[in-house]
Amino acid sequence: MKSDERYEIRFSGSGGQGIITAAVVMADGVGRFDNNHVCQTQSYGPEARGGKSKAEVVIAGAPIDYPKALSVDLLLAMNQAACDAYFFDLKADGLLVVDSGLVQQLPTSRSVSIPFTKIAKEETGKELVANMVALGAVAYLSGKVSLDGLEKALLSRVPKGTEEMNSKALHAGIREAKKIDLSSLPRSVMDDWDDEL
Amino acid sequence: MAIDEKQNKILLQGNEAIVAGALAAGCNFFAGYPITPASEISELLSVKLPEFGGTFIQMEDEIASIGAILGASLAGAKAMTATSGPGFSLMQENLGYGCIAEVPCVIVNVMRGGPSTGLPTSVSQGDVQMARWGTHGDHPIIVMAVSSVADCFSITVKAFNLSEKYRIPVIILSDEVVAHTRESVVLPEEDSIRVFDRVKPDVPPEWYKPYADNNRGVPDMANFGDGYRHHVTGLVHDENGYPTQNGKEVDAFLRRIHGKISKGFNEIQVTKTYLMEDADVCVIAYGSVARSALRAVRDARANGVKAGLVQLITLFPFPRKTVDAYLRQCRAAVVPEMNMGQIVREVSRVNQTDCRIVKHNRIDGHLITPDEILKHLTTV
Repeated sequence: MKSDERYEIRFSGSGGQGIITAAVVMADGVGRFDNNHVCQTQSYGPEARGGKSKAEVVIAGAPIDYPKALSVDLLLAMNQAACDAYFFDLKADGLLVVDSGLVQQLPTSRSVSIPFTKIAKEETGKELVANMVALGAVAYLSGKVSLDGLEKALLSRVPKGTEEMNSKALHAGIREAKKIDLSSLPRSVMDDWDDEL
Repeated sequence: MAIDEKQNKILLQGNEAIVAGALAAGCNFFAGYPITPASEISELLSVKLPEFGGTFIQMEDEIASIGAILGASLAGAKAMTATSGPGFSLMQENLGYGCIAEVPCVIVNVMRGGPSTGLPTSVSQGDVQMARWGTHGDHPIIVMAVSSVADCFSITVKAFNLSEKYRIPVIILSDEVVAHTRESVVLPEEDSIRVFDRVKPDVPPEWYKPYADNNRGVPDMANFGDGYRHHVTGLVHDENGYPTQNGKEVDAFLRRIHGKISKGFNEIQVTKTYLMEDADVCVIAYGSVARSALRAVRDARANGVKAGLVQLITLFPFPRKTVDAYLRQCRAAVVPEMNMGQIVREVSRVNQTDCRIVKHNRIDGHLITPDEILKHLTTV
């Protein structure tokens, strides 16, 4: 990446969905195995489950000053409330990625809908790893992390005994994302709105 | 702390880097009570310390936690505790004890929204003046603020070194953003880290005077239990450590504990500057806000404003000389803080020129953004 370039990913959903874990694994993959700088931040409520959960990963070619997102390149929304709350500062040419089972109303057609939670259930028997399915897709679609490094990071960050399940989920996410043709999407999140104006 | 063998690059959280810094500085004792957003420090040390024979104790509360670290330090340990605002409030009484008995120790306060239990998971800088004046009485103290993961490591090492060298509690002010931000860092090699240990007496036990002055103003410190007579009290004491009300002795003692810090101003008062060489307007910031400020300064430069950043690492003793020099250089200084204006008081106090001081305060539990600061830089 060029030294003044920033790529910003926001992971969002509700507490308990593993939003922060997904962001940490992404940051670890970039931080340890790629040459870019990375900064990961989070915000969450006092609840153990429920409430809004948000985590951001900033990737840059130079040391990162402001640690949070300034304008988001890729927004992952794991529920409708997160999609509604965090869509506003997505870049015009940014990409919205949602769990199609949990987000029905899309604010733009420049979006990718994948049933992460359903896939997690089908692949591993557990909805719990929907975050890793989503991470696989986000990582692939962003093109900002080596997928090998990402898997290494994942294996070192998840609880012992769950490595296989998590890595299966990650690969399922990558596989689904590979089916997406980004060039078929409108170039800007504003495109559908421009037509109406 | 996942470490890759091939590269030394690791992904660390601010709280984890404080642990790494403490261990690199020789910390071998930790007593604490869990609290958001400081808990990761205890959590990690509860694993790391026993690995090499160090001691980790989860105490019943924060009052006991600081009591335990003062005791451990008197017995020769390098001791630390970590907490957040509500716990830091409870520590204030014994913090003063640490100052008057001259006990080296490090206290980490990861600031969250207050007052009271406030906003447990949100960021704030509300404890700045409390860190300076929270315990009663006219006392010296050192307060340092961290702004990044790399800082968390190096400033923690520095905090231990200063506390050992000057026999004084050192407070590290972190905040929720710094504490929970993860960054890729390369930590310095172990043998490149300078570690300072307290000076032990070189006289036989019968000649030892535990609070005798010397040219450093810092008495040599024997481990409690090593056979050196060592009376410790929170009362003002003479050079043998026994209580005194003799005006001459009282005056000499209090002036010495203040004076030992003023003698060290040059190494204690740490600041960092960015793009200040030709700046005519500056931001004075600390903690996570310094990162927003750096971004704002770069954006201002792109807009043709000659802006610079003065980042305060040491908040107290306030780095008066440095700040004064930059205020003389600039026509305006913006002081953004996540409180109602706690460091801006110090900046205004130091300001003896017609430099305009502009404060910017955000208290909604969110980090100040670069845009908020940029707006001031382009309009002052």
